[in-house]
Amino acid sequence: MYNGGKIIIGLLIFIGFSTFPFLFTMGKVVPIPELKLDTPEIQKMVDKRCVEPKEYMKTEHMVMLNTWRDAVVRDGARLYKARDGRTYDMSLQNTCMKCHSNKKNFCDQCHNYVAVKPYCWDCHIAPQEGT
Amino acid sequence: MLETAFKGSRIYWAWVLFLLVIIGIGFIFYLRQFIIGLGVTGMSRDVSWGFYISQFTFLVGIAASGVMVVLPYYLHNYKAFGKITILGEFLAIPAVIMCMLFIFVDLGQPLRVLNVILYPTLNSVMFYDMVVLGGYLFLNVLVGWSALSSERKGIAPPKWLKFFIILSIIWAPSIHTVTAFLYSGLPGKYFWMSALLAAQFLASAFASGPSLLILLALIVRKFTKFDPGQEAIQALGKIVTYFMLTSVFFLGLKLFTSFYSGIPAYSHSIIYLYAGLDDYNKLVPIMWISNILTVIALVLLVIPQLRKNELLLAIASVCVFFALWIDKGFGLIVGGFVPNSFKQITEYWPTLPEMSITLGVWAIGFLILTILYKIAVSIREEIGNVDVHH
Amino acid sequence: MGINRRDFLKIAGISTLASIGGAAGLTLIKSGAIEAAQYIDDPRALKAKRWGIAIDINKFKTPEDYKRVMNACHTIHNVPEINNPKEEIKWIWTESYEHSFSSQEYANPYIQDHLKKKPFLVLCNHCDNPPCVRVCPTKATYKRESDGIVMMDMHRCIGCRFCMAGCPYGARSFNWRDPRPFIKKLNPEFPTRMKGVVEKCTLCYEKLAIGLKPACVEASNGGMYFGDLSDPNSDIRKVLASHYSIRRKAELGTTPCVFYIIGGQ
Ligand code: SF4
Ligand code: SF4
Repeated sequence: MYNGGKIIIGLLIFIGFSTFPFLFTMGKVVPIPELKLDTPEIQKMVDKRCVEPKEYMKTEHMVMLNTWRDAVVRDGARLYKARDGRTYDMSLQNTCMKCHSNKKNFCDQCHNYVAVKPYCWDCHIAPQEGT
Repeated sequence: MLETAFKGSRIYWAWVLFLLVIIGIGFIFYLRQFIIGLGVTGMSRDVSWGFYISQFTFLVGIAASGVMVVLPYYLHNYKAFGKITILGEFLAIPAVIMCMLFIFVDLGQPLRVLNVILYPTLNSVMFYDMVVLGGYLFLNVLVGWSALSSERKGIAPPKWLKFFIILSIIWAPSIHTVTAFLYSGLPGKYFWMSALLAAQFLASAFASGPSLLILLALIVRKFTKFDPGQEAIQALGKIVTYFMLTSVFFLGLKLFTSFYSGIPAYSHSIIYLYAGLDDYNKLVPIMWISNILTVIALVLLVIPQLRKNELLLAIASVCVFFALWIDKGFGLIVGGFVPNSFKQITEYWPTLPEMSITLGVWAIGFLILTILYKIAVSIREEIGNVDVHH
Repeated sequence: MGINRRDFLKIAGISTLASIGGAAGLTLIKSGAIEAAQYIDDPRALKAKRWGIAIDINKFKTPEDYKRVMNACHTIHNVPEINNPKEEIKWIWTESYEHSFSSQEYANPYIQDHLKKKPFLVLCNHCDNPPCVRVCPTKATYKRESDGIVMMDMHRCIGCRFCMAGCPYGARSFNWRDPRPFIKKLNPEFPTRMKGVVEKCTLCYEKLAIGLKPACVEASNGGMYFGDLSDPNSDIRKVLASHYSIRRKAELGTTPCVFYIIGGQ
């Protein structure tokens, strides 16, 4: 390879740079923003439970939403049977957001904190809420 | 070898700067398009592809035409093309890159472009187009770069390169054939739905590409010490002549079938393009400019005495290039959408942002071309413009 | 079906790899331990092997009859009302006989006046052999094998508009810009679309899933029949068997599943 050495060094630098943010924060304790769960709908619940356990929802909700999306749009399945046997309509707009009607204090809190900008809301209508 | 691109005359740098300005303007307009959406273009529900896809189609032809110098040189050992071959290979590279950029700027959701790879869809011609274009880019970079660097070192190119050269020769027609299949297999689009389309594409490509190459060779000779050779330029002139004639012949075939059959759907688009349909005639003037340029070009090309005059050959090349650019880089795509599926007419004309973005992409292409040619020329100057045998 | 946190983390790991590994990875999650067994169909869902619609044009008499049907669809699906014909978005609308059935029109210019002057409802034909699906490079538009609906996955569409060139019926619209400002009243239960994607009628798959007929059919007061074309005893098959009906551009081999009932018994 012509200039082989230089290319490899260049590649290493590139890999170093592009993974820097990950390597840098690896192993650090990151305080997670406080999320509000005081919406009327949640308050009404006797047994305050999400579709799946909180821990799972925290880390996996995006995976879950992705699979829900494919199930509903592509496979025509509509209902989700949770581990504890309850069933839910698989719908971000009509199920998730019915309880979490406080998008600003719930979704946005974390998403802003970790600087992700999911494009869900370009199409899915966010609940009405006062500012 | 890249370092040779950083040493250049004032004219060289002025040209590079000029291109950068055009790219910058195009980029600003692209940001606007990115934020607002493709509504900034002249496209519509009825004419849903426009300038971008047209340029893409035209440039696939330019890319494929590199084979017109590579093939005689490598397969028939046609020595006169020895020096110009690298120019042909290095023209294909920016052409393919421009193709890809034009597809990209045409996407409504450009950030999702990887979906084409994430969900490979074997029944879509677009998938194959992506594969052949990517492959062709790779082949040309590999062949052009390796050939040039061995030349610089004064050694024969490595043996394995021959395999890739032959592969690239076979590959070239495939990119334009697959591109034609994007259009020629769509039910209800009668203007495109013709088995002849791929052949037409190739014929016009093998006229427009070499005509551009003639112009580039003349420019290179004027501004540098590198001379691609008079014989090579004349040979290209002959190639342009024959393929321009073929191209016109194919057009004649299409006109015959469309009109003699009397089936209205087959002639509507053609009538719209050349004469206008129910008072809609936005494209008629430029289509006639294309026709006139074709006639001028053919007169200059077909008469050998005229063609041998380099100035006239250059004029003929300009005519061929623009005639085919209008025909393929404008009329072909727009014409396919007029009239629409309801036999209604919506006209199309590119908007300012659309034209600026288009120019920007062309400028990127020319910038890459300039850099590649600069490298090739500097190396040729360095080794004393000798004829090298591969 | 018990899954502990470790398994979830494993799946998370796989999904990270999947975003690199692409399609192969995605199917992995899909068939992965948590999800596969947990989707169930709503028992109310309407099922068929091959949905079809028959429009009895004789039952559409006043402009109101058409409007009711079109509005029903466009309001529940948040279809924007863009008054610029170049950027218009429509799922179901009307065209003249001449424009809807171009091949028939060439054949017979002396056809009865009531046909010539009548508006015809046009929408996606949910073709059995859909060219739009054939050309889409991402499977963003695809045919549901279960019931033949030609679907749109707006999450996946890259906006290349190949499908618009491929559809010979002009059934598809592109979002040339953000559609939201053009929607008069949002239906909070259905999503909108975003700029840069293609959309069209999806045969109210969201209503079928909970046991309701498509909105247009419901609003048509019996002017439209909806049913399973593969079932000889379905309403739609019976009405098609006893009335003269035509389809748009059937000669193209797309096998449209929207029928227009022209004649009486
Ligand atoms: S009518 Fe058009 S969009 Fe609908 S399925 Fe047929 S080809 Fe596709
Ligand atoms: S615009 Fe979207 S749906 Fe249509 S062909 Fe492209 S990716 Fe597929």
